[in-house]
Amino acid sequence: MKEKSSLSVFLNGIIKENPVLVLVLGTCPTLATTTTVNGAFGMGIAALVVLICSNIFISLFRKIIPETMRIPCYIVIIAGFVTMVKMLVQAFLPDLYATLGVYLDLITVNCIILGRAEMFASKNTVVSSALDGIGMGIGFTLALTVMATVREVLGAASFAGIAIPFMESFKIEFMTKAPGGLLVYGLLIALIHVVTHGKAPVKASFSCEGCIHSATCVSGACKREGVES
Amino acid sequence: MENFKILIIILLSSVFVDNYVLSRFLGICPFLGVSEKRDQAVGMGVAVTFVMLLATAATWPIQYYVLNTLNLGYLQNIVFILIIAVLVQILEMFLKKFSPSLHKGLGVYLPLITTNCAVLGVTINNIIDGYSFIESMVSSLGCGLGFLLAMVLFSGLRSRINDVHVPGPFKKLAATLIAASFISLAFMGFSGIVEKIFA
Repeated sequence: MKEKSSLSVFLNGIIKENPVLVLVLGTCPTLATTTTVNGAFGMGIAALVVLICSNIFISLFRKIIPETMRIPCYIVIIAGFVTMVKMLVQAFLPDLYATLGVYLDLITVNCIILGRAEMFASKNTVVSSALDGIGMGIGFTLALTVMATVREVLGAASFAGIAIPFMESFKIEFMTKAPGGLLVYGLLIALIHVVTHGKAPVKASFSCEGCIHSATCVSGACKREGVES
Repeated sequence: MENFKILIIILLSSVFVDNYVLSRFLGICPFLGVSEKRDQAVGMGVAVTFVMLLATAATWPIQYYVLNTLNLGYLQNIVFILIIAVLVQILEMFLKKFSPSLHKGLGVYLPLITTNCAVLGVTINNIIDGYSFIESMVSSLGCGLGFLLAMVLFSGLRSRINDVHVPGPFKKLAATLIAASFISLAFMGFSGIVEKIFA
């Protein structure tokens, strides 16, 4: 029983509650870094590392952090790990550092990480929080890579920097520009709905009352009354 | 005169060409979430502009006079996000106490701004671009106005979407994203204009 529940926690993030395509969190890096497969994959891995570390630490400290000061505490823990990851990327992967630029810093305010801290890590044990972090991180990386593949193949006629010869004359250049990102993201979400016959869990059915993005999230149900009126 | 020209170019390019929402993808969450009604879109846009200006006014001196002089550049991220969080909190308390009517209009949006990536993004970008203090303030103003413009335009478009029949899978989010893509496409038309204004 224990085994099964850990597995379901892990798989949850990859498929059922995919942070990008189902929960619609972390939209900014999703749109901004998916112009190339390499950039998207690097962004996914960077976020994965931060997500696992912050989930573990927030879960460890969940009984010490006072309720009213939790958001600043979470932000400091997350920002600390983001700084570490940023310095590691800068030292060992300078190309990736140049591609991602300011978006590496912005992992700090990525809704996925803060959202999981608030929704999951603050309520669960260290082991399941780590598993949740791994699952969510892999789900994020997968979604980003799929989007980047579509955009790079159609827009730049290459995959991960390797040119695809016969696609050269069919390039749709706007795919790698800003509008292409929004278009592909919209189409992917519609595709998910088609594949699941509209049974994909709607965002409202998750406990997002604790999420500090509750008022800005797309589904109406988690809007706070203040913004609603 | 030359300086003034540079400021105008920074302002115009951050409103139109490098629009934070539509071409740099910062602040997408509020752009999609709070743009359903025009009053909300305006309220959020004004609040973001205000916080961006305040945050830049606070973070720029700290970067140059504290972090750089003490060789603590690597703490930029942690320090900036804390400053923004504190500023937003103080601003909310201040508005609540001294201007309840303004608090009613803007206050509800303030807690959401702490984790708005556009605000952290603009403060970090100003440092990366090496802007002077005045240039940073102008760039923040431009980014805020660009955000406001995108929000208002998009709220108009969304009210139209709500009135028409949308095929099943595209309902709600997918249609919204594709509509945003068209607005973004329109904004691409501005690229290259600003540099030629004074030429």
